[in-house]
Amino acid sequence: MQTALLIEQLLNGLQFGVMLFLMAAGLTLVFGVMGLINLAHGSLYMVGAFACAAVAAATGSFWLGLIASLAAAAAAGAIVEMTVIRRLYERDHLDQVLATFALILIFSEGMRWLFGSFPLYLNIPSLLSGSVPLPGGSQYPLYRLAIIGVGVAVAVFLWLLISRTRLGMRIRAGEADREMIGALGVDIRSLYTIIFALGAALAGLAGALVGALQSVQVGMGEPVLILAFVVIVIGGIGSIKGALIGAVLVGVVDTMGRFLLPRAMELVLDASRANTVGAAIASMLIYVLMALILAVRPRGLFVANA
Amino acid sequence: MKRFLTAGLLAVSTALAGTAFAEPIKIGMITTLSGGGAGLGVDVRDGFMLALKQAGDAASEIEVVTEDDAMKPELAVQIADKMIQSDQVDLLTGIIWSNLAMAVVPSAVAQGKFYLSPNAGPSPLAGANCHENYFNVAWQNDSLHEAAGAYAKKEGYKKPFILAPNYPAGTDALTGFKRFYDGELADEVYTKLGATDYAAEISQIRASGADSVYFFLPGGMGIAFMKQYAQSGVDLPVIGPAFSFSQDVLGAMGDAALGVINTAQWSPDLDNETNKAFVAAFKEEYGRIPSLYASQGFDTANLILSAAAKASVKDADAFRAALKEADFSSTRGDFKFADNHHPIHDIHVREVVKDGDTLTNRLVGLALEDHQDVYGKDCKM
Repeated sequence: MQTALLIEQLLNGLQFGVMLFLMAAGLTLVFGVMGLINLAHGSLYMVGAFACAAVAAATGSFWLGLIASLAAAAAAGAIVEMTVIRRLYERDHLDQVLATFALILIFSEGMRWLFGSFPLYLNIPSLLSGSVPLPGGSQYPLYRLAIIGVGVAVAVFLWLLISRTRLGMRIRAGEADREMIGALGVDIRSLYTIIFALGAALAGLAGALVGALQSVQVGMGEPVLILAFVVIVIGGIGSIKGALIGAVLVGVVDTMGRFLLPRAMELVLDASRANTVGAAIASMLIYVLMALILAVRPRGLFVANA
Repeated sequence: MKRFLTAGLLAVSTALAGTAFAEPIKIGMITTLSGGGAGLGVDVRDGFMLALKQAGDAASEIEVVTEDDAMKPELAVQIADKMIQSDQVDLLTGIIWSNLAMAVVPSAVAQGKFYLSPNAGPSPLAGANCHENYFNVAWQNDSLHEAAGAYAKKEGYKKPFILAPNYPAGTDALTGFKRFYDGELADEVYTKLGATDYAAEISQIRASGADSVYFFLPGGMGIAFMKQYAQSGVDLPVIGPAFSFSQDVLGAMGDAALGVINTAQWSPDLDNETNKAFVAAFKEEYGRIPSLYASQGFDTANLILSAAAKASVKDADAFRAALKEADFSSTRGDFKFADNHHPIHDIHVREVVKDGDTLTNRLVGLALEDHQDVYGKDCKM
């Protein structure tokens, strides 16, 4: 039974990590290529979840909702890039933080205005609602396995996009020297809009996938945003590979910490105190991990443009 | 800045000598109207305003200033200072969260203002830090959890798995549960406040050999937990406090919540005339079923109206005595204040059912009769 539980928790950690990767990939692209700190990335995640919930409620199809979440988040991302973000590339990070924080407030109240103050309903599609048996006699929800699958597919897609296509070449070039690729005649403005919309669509996809597991409500993006920042700092800013490794690392360490630390504490403390102390340490664990990694590798695990 | 001036802008000019009835009262309502916790604040406000609207002329001298605290303690403190100093309110109410209440209430009552809590009931304010100007119209924080513990014991559960976020109200919740359930526990788990992924905890529940699950996870955390629990295939009976299965979150949980047992001092089908009228009027006015929080807002406003009919708020001693009498018709039936100004009331057991297409709660029994919190003995008023 214990081995089964351990396998289940590892899968939980992997699934959590994959979800973080969907968030972190867009964030790290935008940060790495455009040098922009986008606090409103969590809002795009929320837009995706709300779009999916609204369309799924109206049509009864989760899959249409999923498509709507990609479209809505990408559109919101493109509009925000063209109206607000574009003016921020030349400014310093503090101005970017200020402006994108304002966007969080605008998005949150806008969603509340459109959809009301109460959380929306979104359930997983019936196709994925079962569970599969694990070795050791335990069961694992199919939907969570599907999220892992989506995460792997997105990672492969991004890798192909960046290493094998013309767009990817331009993204890499923009990361290395943005003035030079402008001088070579690449339309850097529309390139930035495309990257931003791509990142937004990934965030929206994450929001829709996770919205079916959690609750679709105003402010759902901010806690995930903080974790996504931890992931890209650990992975190395601008590196997709770093985001993937960092996300899985954070997901597994966080989940295993929550599971194992209270048990470890029970060896030295009584049960009730062990639970409280263990839980408190577990919630700090990923930040401890980040501090350790930064102490050894100040620029993260994979430096994008070394 | 959100600011709703309700009735009685002309109040100042019409204060009549001799009739306490018409004495103007200025109420400052600080509540959560934006962000993730807005559903609770909106319900408290709507319930409160409905009572004033129904009171008609009796409320014409009552002015309410409403502001949004965005769930931030520092903002709530600023708003309270502004309401006390520049708006010169007589009475404050509206706060949803215990941490905000702890930041605002002690200083407000020390400045001679009344505070009526429509939701939060942190233990210090019921015990050692109680105050004569502080009245709690909702419950002491532990109460619903204590009722759940009593229910688990009565139902003969032998090994509940209990779960709450790791913050003061979470530890209070599990302490409250254990105060009335003294048997063996499968495990006791604290999660991170605000966590929305419970895969790790649900795996532990599956492996623990528990015979039931008790959890206190307010707002979005509870929605996430319940959906994931239903998807996980674990089918142990679930018990929670009403906060986890209130009308504001049921819609988002969907059928995952069906059949779940929860403890509450109020239910939409509670059988008394005041409640029937309240539920019907609330539906009519706002087009949705009221939540627990709406009933608390409604009761708070009616308590104020009952006291205002007897005494002027300017005469603090008389007004306080009038509040203490709790001479109003509560949506929860019997209601009176204990010596620490916290309610003595029945706590019921409810079940989540489907009424047509809408999920709601139905009474299935009584958990604790005339329940009073345990902190009152430390209260020296």
